[in-house]
This record gives sequence, structure tokens and C-alpha cells, in this order.
Amino acid sequence: MDLENQKRVKELSEKYGPENVIVILGGAEAEASGLAAETVTNGDPTFAGPLAGVPLGLRVHHIVDPEIKDVVDPAVYEEQVGMMEMVMPIDEIIAEVREYREKFCKFLDLETA
Amino acid sequence: MDYPVIKGASYVLAHTPDFIPFGSTQVFARKSNDQAYLSELKQHQRSFKEVVAYPANQCFVGNILPETLESIAAPWYENQIEGAERQGRFGEIMPQDEFFALLKHSDVFDLVKLTPEFITHANQRLSIHPLFNHIVLDNKCAMTAAEMHALVEEHIAEPLTLNGELIGCVKRAHDDDENLSAHIILENLSVKASGVLAALHLKKQGLDLSQVDYIIECSEEACGDINQRGGGNFAKAIGELVGCVNATGSDLRGFCAAPAHALIHAAALVKGGVFKNVMVVAGGAVAKLAMNGRDHIKKNVPVLEDCLAGFATIIGENDGINPILNTDIVGRHTIGTGSAPQAVMTSLISAPLKRAGRIITDVDKFATEMQNAEITKPAGAGNVPEANYKMIAALAVMEGQLERSELMNFVAKHGIPGYVLTQGHIPSGVPYLGHGREAIIHNDINNFMVVGKGSLFLGRMTNQFDGISILIEKNTGLSTAQAAEFDGLGFEKNEARKLVAEAMKDVAERLLEKAAQQ
Repeated sequence: MDLENQKRVKELSEKYGPENVIVILGGAEAEASGLAAETVTNGDPTFAGPLAGVPLGLRVHHIVDPEIKDVVDPAVYEEQVGMMEMVMPIDEIIAEVREYREKFCKFLDLETA
Repeated sequence: MDYPVIKGASYVLAHTPDFIPFGSTQVFARKSNDQAYLSELKQHQRSFKEVVAYPANQCFVGNILPETLESIAAPWYENQIEGAERQGRFGEIMPQDEFFALLKHSDVFDLVKLTPEFITHANQRLSIHPLFNHIVLDNKCAMTAAEMHALVEEHIAEPLTLNGELIGCVKRAHDDDENLSAHIILENLSVKASGVLAALHLKKQGLDLSQVDYIIECSEEACGDINQRGGGNFAKAIGELVGCVNATGSDLRGFCAAPAHALIHAAALVKGGVFKNVMVVAGGAVAKLAMNGRDHIKKNVPVLEDCLAGFATIIGENDGINPILNTDIVGRHTIGTGSAPQAVMTSLISAPLKRAGRIITDVDKFATEMQNAEITKPAGAGNVPEANYKMIAALAVMEGQLERSELMNFVAKHGIPGYVLTQGHIPSGVPYLGHGREAIIHNDINNFMVVGKGSLFLGRMTNQFDGISILIEKNTGLSTAQAAEFDGLGFEKNEARKLVAEAMKDVAERLLEKAAQQ
């Protein structure tokens, strides 16, 4: 995950509290999405950025996760994501992000609330 | 109206393993004192022979076709081409010692210092190089290694090492101005030297550089001082060394999209009649050497980002032979487009085609971001060109121009495998100008679209995305003006067009055959 983005995520969760932050990913690759999910939950696995050793445990989803897709205006979703849905490995991305979310997210109870 | 044409394209690589420590990833590693990474990096570096034999590099300099590259089993770094040559049809792969000599040749302010022993060695190397055998480095500018060590230790100069031995240094150009630090001078001289090498390969292809009227340099570095950080002008600095005595020029910047912008600027200048021949040229980016080194080491991949790259092309008036830049089919990501991939691809691909009454499947090949997937995949960025082709195919599906079941067939048919180093601007759209131009002349394809994209957020001035595209296609064999002339002489226009087209095709084929024999 880009070091600048790590910095921004860290600053936002400090400002608003980690329980009030949800990270929405938009990467087109499963592995990169998983890496980003891991970074904002368990800390930067590459130990290169501001989130190295900082397990924020944030709630994290990809835009293609059904939980997110369902709350987006279908017309907007079609316009913004429709084409990419055709080319992204949706199932792999969902599974990869879910793995880290379920393993390291500290606010899963808020998900169902 | 007459369309401008692509007269030639050159591509060069300079293998610079000893510049890897100056790459941004390594600079950060040194700041955080990550010696473990820096020493491990050395274990994963390739020899010059391996760099030359690497199939992707052979494709870049024109010795194998992209189609041939695609047929070579991956990973390509384990399937080297036996007997590969450093000289290519479009350019060359230059070893480090020669590049250091070229760096000195490019230095007009005596900022590059070399040891007397290296100057003797370099002059021997230059004497047998087809483009530089007239150059002799002056021994009077030599400096001893002991003096250089002192300058390096005092941070007045950056070291030039060859196999670990100090053979030269690049001095800072100002005591206090960080814009003229030794590091930046090294970066900028590298842009200039690799740009010079690329431009001279156009000359080797038979193009007369004294006929160039204007030069657009489109790399990613900025040269200037504290009062004008990106003042310029790489274009003129390069032109001066390659014999563009009748040209002026300027630098154009636009992140990775700059070469595609430059191509369209050049086409407009020629089409508008302002200039007859415009050279677009770019040198390589030191900062991007081993940019993904950490990931490559982790995945046990050699450090593939071990070369600087450069390219050059000349856009000229319609000659009836070379492929035209169809300036009526130019796509642009406008400020109002937005950054959703769908909006971006529509603005760059389908919108310009639609305006001209064409559809996506009319385009034979798309030259998008041509990064080599062997470099980007281990770094988690996936196969960039393939992702682009999938998006273009998906767009065609959404626009009802392609069956959804044909999506992957479209990718195979209209795509090109990525074979270019992650040197920012270099992989973006322009690497296919050489292969594509020949494929059109050989009647293998009718057209291809160059698509450049840029990530402007990196400069922290805007979150805008950027991109620009243009269709390049077969020359009909006659310019409009020529056709009108024929009409005036009483020829049957279409018959004359056909006859001249055939004659031109014949000439083009003979020229290509002759070039191939040479």
C-alpha cells in the first residue's frame, strides 16, 4: 500500500477514532487488495510505511463486496464500476479481503450492527 | 488535409547496475539504514550478457517481434535468447562502461570526472562503437581516484563505480542549490545521455537529424536551478549533441502520458505547417532503477529494473509511405471526465473512434501501458497491459460492439505483451511505434492506437487522472495535395492513387529488405 495512503489512513483513524473509519478499496488485483486489507488491519507487512507495526484493525471492504455494492445507487455503481466488474477477479478479491478482515479487524461487531 | 507520418522510431537501453543505489527505493533504504536490503539487492543483479539475452529487452530494441516474445515461455528471465545481439534494429543495449563515457560526452560543464585509466579504457570502447567512433574523451579532464574519494566523502560528488571500483564521479553544480546537487546532475545527465543515444539511433536508421526543425523532450525529470526548478531544456541539450543544427525545442511534461502528448503536439506542428520534421525524444529515469527491488528479492526474481531506457521518433510531412498519425482520431481525458476507469477508457478509446464513425474492434492493436508483467506482477501490480486490454474489451461489450464471450479473444487478438521496463514515461503507448510502423508497412495490420496515461496525483497538485490517445494507420499512398495534382493532370484519381500506392509499397518493402540485409 502506498506510503502516503498509509499516512492518510493512520491520520484519519487517529482523528476520528478507528471504530469510526471504514476503508473502501478499489484495486483491480486480489493480491494487492489483500495486501492493502492486511495493512489497514494488522499493519504494513512490508514494514516500509507508517503502518508498519501499527495494527489499526479497521473495517475494510472492497467496492465489489456485496455489503458495499448493495448500499450504492445501482445507476452510479454501473457507471463507475460496471465495466471493471467484467474484468476484475471479483470472487478472489472478495475472498482475499474477507480473509484479512475476519482475521484482524477489531470492529467486526460494528459490521452487523 | 495531409496527415503527418512516423518516419522512424528508436529504442535504447543502458545497463547501469552501479546506478541502482541512486534509485528512489534504495535512497530511502539508505536513509533508514537498511543495509540488509542493499546488500541482498546486489546478489540478485544480472550481468550485461543476461540483460542482452533477456527476451523482453530484445523485443524493445527490435530484434524480435512482440508475437515472438509472446511465444517464449515465461518467466522470460529463465528463457534467454541464445546468441542475442546488443545492437537491435531499433536501437541498442549499451553496457555501463560505454554509458559512463557517453555521460562524460554529454557533460558540457566538466561535472563528470573520470580516472585516467578509465578514460583510456573508454576511448578504446568508443573507437569501436558505430555511433561514437569519432569521439575521444580528453585525458586533460581526468581526476585521480584519491581525489574522487575525497569529493564523495564530503558529499560534493556522487560516485561512478564499475564492478565496485571507483572510476569516476559526478560533481554537484552548485554549493548550496539542491536543484543542482550531484544526485540531480547525475539524474539529468543520464536523461541527456540516454536521449542522445536514442536520437543517434534514428540517424543510424537513415534519418537526417539536420532536417529536424523542432525537438520535444518528454521524460520525467526537471532540469533547472532554485529559481526555476523545471526550467529546461533537455530538448535543445540533446539536439546539440546529435547534430540537430536547424532545430530548437522545448520540454513537455505529463508524467507517464508525456510521450503520447508529445506525439500529438508534434503531429499538430507538422500538420499545421509550422515545422516539417519534429523529433520527440526522452531519456531514462535513474530514480526508477530497482524501484520494485524489494518485491523482486522477496519473490526470488532477478532485479529486472537494471537499465535506463530511451526512445526517439521523428514525425514528418506526409511522404506517402510511412503510417499516418490520424489527428482526427485523438482521445483525451478531459478535466470533466472523472477518474472512474470506465469514464477514462471511454474518453480515450471509444469516444474518439465514435466521433470518426469507427468502433473499437476496427483498431487492430492497442499500445497502452506496455510494462513488462514480469516486473509488475511480483510487486502486486498485476499484468498492466492485459488489464488495459480487458478494460477495452469490456468497454466494447458495454457499447454493444463485442460479444461478452469474446472478451478474452479480443485481449489476445488486439493486445500486445508488455515488454518494457517500468521507466515511467517510456512504457506508455510509444514503445510500439517501431514494431507497429513496420507491421503497417508490411501489411500485417492496418492501424494501432497509442494510449498514454498519467497519474498526476503524484505531484500533489491535483487528483485529476490524465490520458491522451491517437490512432496511427496505413498511409493511403498519396497525400491530398499530391492527389489534387494528379487530378489536375487528368489522371483518373483512384487509378493513380492505386498505382502510386503500389509503387510506394514496393519502395518501402525494398527499403526494409535492404535495411534487414544491412
